[in-house]
Amino acid sequence: MEKKLKVAALKDGTVIDHIPSDKLFKVVQILHLDTCTNQITLANNLESKKIGSKGLVKIADRALAVNETNKLALICPDAKINIIRDFEVVEKRPLVLPEEIREVIQCANPNCITNHQPVQTSFYVLKEDNKTRLKCRYCEREVRAEEVKLK
Amino acid sequence: MSKKSLVSISDYSKDEILSILESAAGFEANPNRKTLDGKVIATLFFEPSTRTRLSFETAVVRLGGKIIGFSDAATSSSSKGETLNDTIHMVSCYADAIVMRHPLEGAARYAAEVSPVPVINAGDGANQHPSQTLLDLYSILKTQGTLENLTISLVGDLKYGRTVHSLIMAMSHFNPTFKFIAPDELKMPDEYKTFCKKHKISFTESNELNDNFNDADILYMTRVQKERFQDLMEYERVKNVYTLKNDMLANSKPNLKILHPLPRVTEIDPDVDSNEKAYYFQQAQNGLYVRQAILSKVLAPNP
Repeated sequence: MEKKLKVAALKDGTVIDHIPSDKLFKVVQILHLDTCTNQITLANNLESKKIGSKGLVKIADRALAVNETNKLALICPDAKINIIRDFEVVEKRPLVLPEEIREVIQCANPNCITNHQPVQTSFYVLKEDNKTRLKCRYCEREVRAEEVKLK
Repeated sequence: MSKKSLVSISDYSKDEILSILESAAGFEANPNRKTLDGKVIATLFFEPSTRTRLSFETAVVRLGGKIIGFSDAATSSSSKGETLNDTIHMVSCYADAIVMRHPLEGAARYAAEVSPVPVINAGDGANQHPSQTLLDLYSILKTQGTLENLTISLVGDLKYGRTVHSLIMAMSHFNPTFKFIAPDELKMPDEYKTFCKKHKISFTESNELNDNFNDADILYMTRVQKERFQDLMEYERVKNVYTLKNDMLANSKPNLKILHPLPRVTEIDPDVDSNEKAYYFQQAQNGLYVRQAILSKVLAPNP
């Protein structure tokens, strides 16, 4: 049987592959793809030898900025980011957590100013012994990276 | 953000802390120096705190400054729904500095970021209260003659007590030994124990007060609050076990001083008050000199 691509090839843009299936729509949310007007292809529950079931995002004609893709390191650190130009992968970008993450995360502390007033959230990323913790810039509370609440 | 704001004790380096304490000693010797002559200070108390507000306002008046502000959010425009951002911008049109107490954690950091004038945090929820920490340090320095190599017993609510958390951070510059004495419900959070390990600060933990502080130089008592307990029977037990009585001090070191951020309820028996080791009322008075030092630093002309 002829092998067929399940998802059409992309001429220019960004491909995010190997997203765990349950994280696909978090990726959509973090990258604000719901309001993006470019052509977007979403696929989910694709077979994956590595992670069993995966999701995939293709955004046409837009190379995501590093500070955008790095936010993904929080929820799917093993996803693969490929920047495509003229059907060729011109950049394979590793996901690196930034030192400070703005806006994406909601502070878990109900008494934090960011949960009561129109204040953009901001978290410092603290790395210790291979564990990542996030510290709210405002109320100074820390949470483990795997416990963060996304907005 | 104005670089001169004081939001958290960690905003100050060891040298800055020591310079504030030195300046406070100067104000204790001579409290009526007009370093704030012609300045207007806003005291914005979005939640009532009589002790802290009076201390700051007395400091301003003794330094020759004038005060505007409010002592209760109900009388401010925030009760009409004004955002903190707008209140701070409005007030900074009138005042040279803002002293703020707010019930929400992080409010002071945010205010300092949006404010064109310096902001002094007079307590943001359970988060930070740096002038309290500096007055605690001043009291320790004054009674012990040094901040270095002291043994400090922290007693009571170590879980929620912001004063003890800030004190640990501030003392980390001075090679302390800590003894954490708290009921199991109110134990020191792991976050601060990790902080101690990281800064090579030795500490021990126990859940009984008794005379566990016999080798301490400072006994820092805090209030055990009823509302922190799920089991009220447990509260009744703890409340009695964590009451410091005069006879418990019999074998303590001669240089021991007892501190308490006040208000106290049952955790220090009134029979301790007449013991010369009781220092909590002088501690409150030291707050005035420390706040004079903070205000003078914050409003000092740029070098």
